[in-house]
Amino acid sequence: MSSPIISVAQNPRQTDPSGAPQGSPVQQDVGPEAPKSAVRQFLMSRSSGKAADTTFSAIMLMCALSIFAIVLFILFILIARSKLSLSQFGFKFFTRSAWDPVSGDFGAFSFIYGTLATSLLALLVAVPLALGVAVFLTELCPQKLRAPISFVTELLAAIPSIVYGLWALFVLVPIMRDQLGPVLTKYFGWTHLFNGYNFGLNLLSASIILAVMILPIISSIARDIMLAVPISQREGVLALGATRWEMIRMGVLRNARIGIVGAIILGLGRALGETMAVTMVIGNHPEIPKSLFSPGYTLASVIANEFSEATGDVYLSALIEIGLALFLVTIVVNVIARALVWAVTRGAPARAH
Amino acid sequence: MGVGIDVENLNAWYGSTHTLQDISLNIPANHATALIGPSGCGKSTFVRCLNRMHETNPIARATGIVKMGDVDIYQDANPVEIRRRVGMVFQRPNPFPTMSIYDNVASGLKLNGFRNRAILDETVERSLRAAALWDEVKDDLKKKSGASLSGGQQQRMCIARALAVDPEVLLMDEPASALDPVSTSKIEDLIFELKRQYTIVIVTHNMQQAARVAENTGFFLNGKMVEFDSTHKIFTNPKDKRTEDYITGRFG
Amino acid sequence: MPTNPFHTPPPPQDFAATDPPVQQRSRRVRLNRMRRHLWNHVVTGLAVLSTVIVIAPLVAILAYLIYKGASSLNLAFFTHIPAPVGELGGGMANAIVGSGMILAVASVLGIPVGIGAGVYLAEFGRGGWLAAAIRFTADVLNGVPSIVMGIAIYSLIVMRQKHFSALAGGVALAIMMVPTITRTTEEMLATVPHAIREAAYGLGVPRWRTVLSVTLKTASPGIITGCMLAFARVAGETAPLLFTAFGNQFWSLRLNQPIAALPLQIYVYAISPYDEWHRLAWGGSLVLIVLIMVSVTLVRIYANRGVLKGAS
Repeated sequence: MSSPIISVAQNPRQTDPSGAPQGSPVQQDVGPEAPKSAVRQFLMSRSSGKAADTTFSAIMLMCALSIFAIVLFILFILIARSKLSLSQFGFKFFTRSAWDPVSGDFGAFSFIYGTLATSLLALLVAVPLALGVAVFLTELCPQKLRAPISFVTELLAAIPSIVYGLWALFVLVPIMRDQLGPVLTKYFGWTHLFNGYNFGLNLLSASIILAVMILPIISSIARDIMLAVPISQREGVLALGATRWEMIRMGVLRNARIGIVGAIILGLGRALGETMAVTMVIGNHPEIPKSLFSPGYTLASVIANEFSEATGDVYLSALIEIGLALFLVTIVVNVIARALVWAVTRGAPARAH
Repeated sequence: MGVGIDVENLNAWYGSTHTLQDISLNIPANHATALIGPSGCGKSTFVRCLNRMHETNPIARATGIVKMGDVDIYQDANPVEIRRRVGMVFQRPNPFPTMSIYDNVASGLKLNGFRNRAILDETVERSLRAAALWDEVKDDLKKKSGASLSGGQQQRMCIARALAVDPEVLLMDEPASALDPVSTSKIEDLIFELKRQYTIVIVTHNMQQAARVAENTGFFLNGKMVEFDSTHKIFTNPKDKRTEDYITGRFG
Repeated sequence: MPTNPFHTPPPPQDFAATDPPVQQRSRRVRLNRMRRHLWNHVVTGLAVLSTVIVIAPLVAILAYLIYKGASSLNLAFFTHIPAPVGELGGGMANAIVGSGMILAVASVLGIPVGIGAGVYLAEFGRGGWLAAAIRFTADVLNGVPSIVMGIAIYSLIVMRQKHFSALAGGVALAIMMVPTITRTTEEMLATVPHAIREAAYGLGVPRWRTVLSVTLKTASPGIITGCMLAFARVAGETAPLLFTAFGNQFWSLRLNQPIAALPLQIYVYAISPYDEWHRLAWGGSLVLIVLIMVSVTLVRIYANRGVLKGAS
């Protein structure tokens, strides 16, 4: 085997101190073909892989396009399967609260009401807490505690909905019924928010468990956004003699507010679609709740509860239409939230090519 | 053995910037040719056009005739085939971080589907010897990651990797600019050895380096080649005023 | 005030007389400073308090889960199928195996598609409008409620086949895995230095081979992390399985038939009126959460070991 690296071919040319560029023109050098090494012969015989490259990039493109396809397909199939209900009830479906499977009369208003009520109440509880955690993690927390606390909030996000539901059903609901409920009625009864029979399975329980579940997502995104605020903004405010809180308020929160709104809306999106835990504690009663102690129903939980028992095409179609509404609403909410979050984090380091 | 390269009217763009303007020169086989010039003068773009690496950036474009031996690399071949004939050493050592030293050196063969173990072993040893690294790494070829070596060793490993595919041309884009003086002098010795068998094109902003290793030198300025001649002549008796200003340090 | 050319300027004021006395003024400054610092402490306290409030439910849930769940676990739990109503004992062996099968189907379908889409976004489509649109769609898909995924797959597969199946459940979970995996794959590939791709191109390695053997391999620890996180997330999903896998009180190993799953079984038991079944629900939850926590923690350790040690 010829080995061009080891075989020390003498270079006949010496540096010529004067005159034109060294070396002979190209064509002369090609001259008599030297035998090629095994390695070179192999590489010369190897195809350029152009076809493989085209195929590969086409497959990757198909994978990427499948994400479009999935979303379009969900939209299409939900519309197709809810046609019956769409044509029978029209837009009134969303403004009427009748829900009578026996006579085949359906309206989704009470579910919309229940969904909005629990989600907004959950936000009311979760947002201040989540922002508190985010501020604590980014601005106040000792370096040593930062990783463990982030880890704990990550774990909160990893607990499945069904486990939250189980805990709420067997721990939160009895407390609500026997301890917290009576106290709330006694001291806050005048607000009329805590009236009526309280079985523990009610709007308030559902909102509390929802709040626990959406906390991690809001706090982790808010944390990322606060971290994206440049240090110079903080230092600028501190240099004016501000206290730490003033620095957080003027230097951090003011700069991050759009992104924080985005994080809250993302939490809202999660709350709107949350199913299992809510279904287990909300009481599942298709009426507009009169107080926080009344049982209610949400869009997601009516599907979870009644879908497999739905007899009759209109009933099934009405449930699928509820699914369609949920799908469209969460898409809109997510698009708004992502747009806001992107607007803030867009300046984050782009990749150099 | 190396082949010569004939460049005619090479133009290159990077986005809307015309980074190379009408470059024509003959790079002789089995010699070292140095390209010098200030930063941003187009010398790096020029060597990247010689193995069609320039066009891996989506906004980059090149036109002209580049003949490697008798193959016009922009007309008669596709980029992958050209790059297999041309070894390239980059400014900063770029080992594959997940691979052992052995796999790094053999990567040009293995990733192209070469499977013969005996020839692989032999090629890796020969390339590492040629890159003057064999004695330092022979004991943990397969144990150590390529990224665990020192900077100078990494760069010599990258040279060995380029040599392992038995190329006809070796392109070096400021191979020693990120290295300490000891490593730099090792690399220069290496180039001196290697140019017996390969056509070497070396980009450098270090004029002493050009003077030490290259027979011929080209001076680039603002995307144009101002002068190309034997190294001796460029450094002792340049024809162009701008060349003279640059090599005497009066530039700018 | 109208300008009056004849207006006589006020007599030079005795500033010492009109301003509060020095003593009083400094008290106001001091009070102001005290108020600001007090407020600072109050807010700091609130932030700490909210962190405690957030961690409390986790501790409460985990403690109660371990307390209730551990006492329900025994060998029969892992080896037996559910006992008929009214009988004591029984276990969730079929649900554990069923979950495993559904998750296997989901991983086989979801992981390659997710990684492929991530590769497209990072290596082929970067900077283009198509990639931006796909990235945005993936984020939106990530927010679609899982119950909606359930009825969509019901409408597509179950309605056609006219029966529930493990396969349908797997497809629903696979779709939920895709966006997470796509986004982490893209982010991890973006951390691979361009110089490493250039090294491979410079050796004449075709692009597909560079992506598979160099870029993906370099980013693999991060990508594995993303896959594990997606897996952990769907492992506990119940809603998408309600009308797809449906659940099964008996053994079934057929992909084409209704199959039991751990979260489904927990749901059925939790809302049942029987104490014995509640006990099993706690046991099942403990098993589920241990499975998820272990994978999340493993990922955490793995990820902390450093993805690109020594890469230039």
